[in-house]
Amino acid sequence: MKKSIIIIAACVLYQLTASAQDANALIKRVKAKLDKVNDYVAEGSMKTDVVFIKAPAGKIKVYYKRPDKFKIKRDRGISILPKGGISFNNSSLLSTSNFTAILAGESIIDGTKVKLVKMLPGDENSDVVLTTLFIDEANLLIRKTNTTTRENGTFEMEMKYGKYAEFGLPDKVIFAFNTKNYKIPKGVTMEFDTDEPAKTMKNKKGKVEINYSSYTINKGVANSEFN
Amino acid sequence: MWQLLQIELFKIFKRPRTYISFGAVAALVGIIQLGLKLDGNMYIEFMLRDLSASFNIEGNILNGYLVCYIILQLLLVHVPLLITLIAADLISGEANMGTLRLLLTKPISRTEIILAKFFAAGVYTFMLLIFMAVLALFLSMAIFGTDDMLNLKSGYVVQLKSTDVFWRYVCAFCFAALAMLTVASLGFFLSIFADNSIGPIVATMSIIVVFTILSTLDIPIFNAIKPFLFTTQMIGWKGFFDVKVNDDNQAIIGSIQNPDRVLKAAGILVFYIVGLLVASIVVFKKKDILS
Repeated sequence: MKKSIIIIAACVLYQLTASAQDANALIKRVKAKLDKVNDYVAEGSMKTDVVFIKAPAGKIKVYYKRPDKFKIKRDRGISILPKGGISFNNSSLLSTSNFTAILAGESIIDGTKVKLVKMLPGDENSDVVLTTLFIDEANLLIRKTNTTTRENGTFEMEMKYGKYAEFGLPDKVIFAFNTKNYKIPKGVTMEFDTDEPAKTMKNKKGKVEINYSSYTINKGVANSEFN
Repeated sequence: MWQLLQIELFKIFKRPRTYISFGAVAALVGIIQLGLKLDGNMYIEFMLRDLSASFNIEGNILNGYLVCYIILQLLLVHVPLLITLIAADLISGEANMGTLRLLLTKPISRTEIILAKFFAAGVYTFMLLIFMAVLALFLSMAIFGTDDMLNLKSGYVVQLKSTDVFWRYVCAFCFAALAMLTVASLGFFLSIFADNSIGPIVATMSIIVVFTILSTLDIPIFNAIKPFLFTTQMIGWKGFFDVKVNDDNQAIIGSIQNPDRVLKAAGILVFYIVGLLVASIVVFKKKDILS
């Protein structure tokens, strides 16, 4: 009896270690692909879909520099971007090596088989609690991520790839996040009309969609762009 | 008619009290601009506190367009009181000075006199609004710069592209002109009934105050009459600063959320203006002038 328990425990431990090794190896391969990009400047358009924001789609410029500098600038005008440490890029997610990765099964996204990798941060004070990566192993592309944070709720990021797939850079990113309630007293905004139907906005998901039209890769980006 | 109008304008702009309104508008706009320049970030932080909880907002938020919107929100409630000072004095002032009878001995019809005085009140109103537009919009643009405008409404935020704002202000000022002309019409109408200026000025102000309170009270029994009060429709200019969205919830540049409501509000104000003007002509024609 004692012998069989030891054997089972050893099997489970082996399985877990093997899973962690597989996950780490996969992440290393993805990271190696992403590391081909030292910096980039991308142009594209951004759409914000939040129930209490009426904003027009606008042109944006995105700046990235390794390891984790990332900035989205609206081409003229005010930019309203969801809060949180998670930026809209994969490199930032993998910029640290202080995490434990575990393989958590397989799934299918848009007809592509993906492996689920759960990443647990090693730093106890990290805002990120858990990140799940949906990795297309054949092409070494991250198709989707799901990140839970302490302060800013849960984020979901979906990526579609096209002509910049060889660098692991997406053509389209859909970023979904939880929004808090928005309300200003009518007395402050001086609105006296009562016939506007009240909108239910609590616990609604917000969405930001970025469509990249072009990337300029590894041509250098000044640090001043990130200020 | 043109000559009559010139005479009436001369009378209006000869009186020192005419310039009280211009001075008051300049002082109020200046005070608001100074306050926002010195401590506007606190105000913006307060207004954006709910939005900032979920979003990072970057850009020149407190720009000239937003400052002008804040000024108009505050002033367009009080400017009617300044317009009353002139409009409610046009007939009663003449009666008080004893020049009304003299005026009516001239070979001019009473209708022409009323129209000339009414148009003169309209010119004064437009000039005050143009003065306000120059200070509130153009001076604010010079002091605070320009950028997209964030219209922070009670239940949602509207982001207007900087290239999509100016025409809205032109429309808003035209609408405000209608609103102020309504007040001028009311003051003018009441001035026919009095032999001194104080009565119609105070009466007009009282009506504005009572109607404004009724418009702002959110009590069901008053909701039925609210649409018919000119004070409810006077804030219709804000409708130009809300936009429609498409199926993706993207704001449609150049659109207005409720154009029908804005037109309806403008229609009600025009109805008031025409109604009060016609009533003024009818009453004045029948009036026995004793002063």
